[in-house]
Amino acid sequence: MADKRAARARRIQIMDAGEIERTIARMASEIVESNGSDLLLVGIHTRGIPLARRLAERISVLTGAEVPVGRLDITLYRDDVGPWRPAHQQPLLKETVLPVPINDLVVFLVDDVLFTGRTIRAALGSLVDYGRPRAVRLAVLVDRGHRELPIAADVVGKVLQTTSTEDVQVHLAEVDGDDGVWVGKEAGHGG
Amino acid sequence: MAVESASELKRKDVVGIASLQPGEIQLILDTAEELLEVARRPIKKVPVLRGATVVNLFMEPSTRTRFSFEMAEKRLSADTLNFSASTSSVSKGETLVDTARNLMAMAPDYIVIRHPNVGAPHRLAEVVPASIINAGDGINEHPTQALLDAFTMRQHFGRLEGLNVVIAGDIRHSRVARSNAFLLNKMGAKLRFAAPASLLPAGVEELGATTFLRLEPALEGADVVMMLRIQRERQAAVNFPSAREYYDFFALTEERLALAAPHAVVMHPGPMNRGVEIDSQVADGERSLILDQVTNGVAVRMAILYLLAGGRGAATADS
Amino acid sequence: MQRLLIRNGRVIDPSQSLDQGMDVLLEDGHVARIGERIRVKAETPVLDAAGLVVAPGFIDLNAHLCEPGHEQRETIASGCRAAVAGGFTAVCCSADTKPVNDEPSVTAFILERARDVNLARVYPVGAVSHGLAGTELAEIGEMVRAGAVAVGDPGPVANAQLMRRALEYTRSFDIPVTSHAESAGLSDGGLMHEGVVSTRIGLRGMPAAAEEVVVARDLMLVRLTSGRLHLRHLSTAGSLEAVRAAKAEDLAVTCEVAPHHFTLTDEDLAGATYHTDWKINPPLRSSEHVDAVKQALYDGTVDAIASDHTPQHRDDKELDFSEAPFGVVGLETAVSLAVDRLVHGKVIGIGRLVRLFSIGPAQAFRLPGGTLRPGSPADVTILDLRRRVTVDPNNFRSKSRNTPFAGLKLRGAPVVTIVGGRIVWRADA
Repeated sequence: MADKRAARARRIQIMDAGEIERTIARMASEIVESNGSDLLLVGIHTRGIPLARRLAERISVLTGAEVPVGRLDITLYRDDVGPWRPAHQQPLLKETVLPVPINDLVVFLVDDVLFTGRTIRAALGSLVDYGRPRAVRLAVLVDRGHRELPIAADVVGKVLQTTSTEDVQVHLAEVDGDDGVWVGKEAGHGG
Repeated sequence: MAVESASELKRKDVVGIASLQPGEIQLILDTAEELLEVARRPIKKVPVLRGATVVNLFMEPSTRTRFSFEMAEKRLSADTLNFSASTSSVSKGETLVDTARNLMAMAPDYIVIRHPNVGAPHRLAEVVPASIINAGDGINEHPTQALLDAFTMRQHFGRLEGLNVVIAGDIRHSRVARSNAFLLNKMGAKLRFAAPASLLPAGVEELGATTFLRLEPALEGADVVMMLRIQRERQAAVNFPSAREYYDFFALTEERLALAAPHAVVMHPGPMNRGVEIDSQVADGERSLILDQVTNGVAVRMAILYLLAGGRGAATADS
Repeated sequence: MQRLLIRNGRVIDPSQSLDQGMDVLLEDGHVARIGERIRVKAETPVLDAAGLVVAPGFIDLNAHLCEPGHEQRETIASGCRAAVAGGFTAVCCSADTKPVNDEPSVTAFILERARDVNLARVYPVGAVSHGLAGTELAEIGEMVRAGAVAVGDPGPVANAQLMRRALEYTRSFDIPVTSHAESAGLSDGGLMHEGVVSTRIGLRGMPAAAEEVVVARDLMLVRLTSGRLHLRHLSTAGSLEAVRAAKAEDLAVTCEVAPHHFTLTDEDLAGATYHTDWKINPPLRSSEHVDAVKQALYDGTVDAIASDHTPQHRDDKELDFSEAPFGVVGLETAVSLAVDRLVHGKVIGIGRLVRLFSIGPAQAFRLPGGTLRPGSPADVTILDLRRRVTVDPNNFRSKSRNTPFAGLKLRGAPVVTIVGGRIVWRADA
């Protein structure tokens, strides 16, 4: 209990619900300005999916056109899954749904946090198995640095200076019940 | 009592349904559901098992099961080696253990084995570090068939629990019936067997089915009717008089299918003897899920290969 | 004059209704005296048997010694070493040699080898049918003259007419016909007992009825022929019930059971994940049959416990369950299993156990021995009922290791085996 309280004390809130909402609005307009039509937003499991839906809503308000949203599970493309992984710990598979053929579309991959870049590499590997988009771009809510691959985001909500051991936690209401971004020492998600 | 899915398949091998927990069955079915999607892509392949080697050791003739496994393996990017009774030097006299030791020199990650002898996969699992997947051992088990059957039922009805499933035919010599019985019992379906007593095993109650000696009463209210291939080659002539008589009394015809629930579906593990245990009208009719079974088989086998990945050298939970 | 005094033992000899602390004096290959505090000259060797059971030499009615022809599994020498280490002073060996023991020269060969080995007494059982083919009678009279003590094929005899004629013909020689009671048609390639367990684990079963129909047939043939019948390794409730009824009407029938049939069930086989050391014929039965075997041991229906010692080479037992041969070695485990499970398990008393290994089998085949009456052969088995042993196949004298009992801890074991007044085996202290 004491440990937990101490950990919570060391956790600092970086964004609240209002700021997330404003950030998503800005990201939506950046996407529209630079790319125009023929868009497909693809959320990466888990929090990339509600993020992509929110972006799509904003974009359709701005442009008056519906933007299709897909869901991508990158597990089968991860570089740490397969015969090399320790026994019996294969991650559970989740759904991949791309509502339209991706050929000749501008596909925006959407995720909550950009960290090592390995998730995005896996996502790129997966996407090309579905077709040949005109371009693939990347939108993230938080870029926390510490890249291990030559990958950069095209649209970034917020750049955070972190140490590699720190944990960045994004909460989105659809998944977590509330909105917010925290940085702390606690172990948790934040790929 | 919906079955809670396990979070991992904590075993080296899948040698039978008998040793699987309900949660593990659920996990395999859930995973297969996601993997079904791979077949609908332009590029029907994912890289997850690249670098893994699978030996398909088929000591008994099989086309469907071997193709299904091979396709599953290739869709996961594994490398496959095929040994079959006709192409390999393996013959009576060489022990299975010897064969296995030779294969292990190639360091496969998986061995998929079809064998006429009951228990061969179980023995193999004890002596080699590779993950063993049973693709049918004698009259004992055919776990991937039962899993694909269950997957197909679940896909159609949205559940297994409470389904009335009739399995009809040579229950005594059918590994499909046995694996299905184990699975359906674990998952809460209601099982009925329909066969003349000469085709039922001793102590059939052990398999958890209500037994009917004629097909008609078994069909009443059935949701699923699964017809087994009458293995004429395995039948001693004393088990039933003739194919003609079998058809007359035990085949699934349109007329008999009308006794089942209006929404009932028809399944068959194949290959079918049309005009012996099943009428073509029924086999090809709109209530037939026989081709779905084939499609689903690949996804189910992919799921097992995926979930066992990295299981080499782990202690098997079957003992 | 060769003498040995066994002093202070608890002498149990059911042939004389004896169970008391006594001395036994052996002289020139025979029992000389039996009594309290026998005085001997100072130079007479003395064996102190205080705290031990002194019994007539144990006789195994049913062992496969495999020689000639299958020496990779067992030889008469290795089989006799196993026998004496298991407490047996005499072994009846089956006819499934190569060539088959269906004519006097093979019988004579076996006896000659046994004389050379000079450990346990060996009593050949000849084939009942020529070449074990089940069609023509073997040379029964010639084999008896050469030393055979009984005839019988160690596998199913489908032909009831042959069985009838054998029971008739053997009356001229006063020997029993042994029967491996099994209907091969009903067994139908079965690998284990047919029942709920075979259905659960998917192995083809052979029903109890496959044994029982042939027991019934053979008992009817005894009524028809007045021949003498000995039923081998009975394993089912129905078989034993039929024998019980036959004995009540004084038919000339005897029977034996094997130790694995009162110790293991088909559930044990199921627990062994298709290991072929559990593949035995008659198969390990379900518990109600095992209980029936114990009941028949208790009520006297059974005449003898016989090992059904069936050595199989490791290479053969490494085959799959479907292809591996049937059989379990038993010479070196039979007595300990019986003491542990039957006496300590409170199924029968020690007196009954000694009977089942001595006078019971001796009378079934009309063999010398089985008793410590003065003048009898000086064959003695000495047991320590409290000795704790662990079955370790690596220590077997038998050439084969096919046993489902490896690692089993048992209480009670033979400690000294005496044949013809000579100590042929002694347990390590």
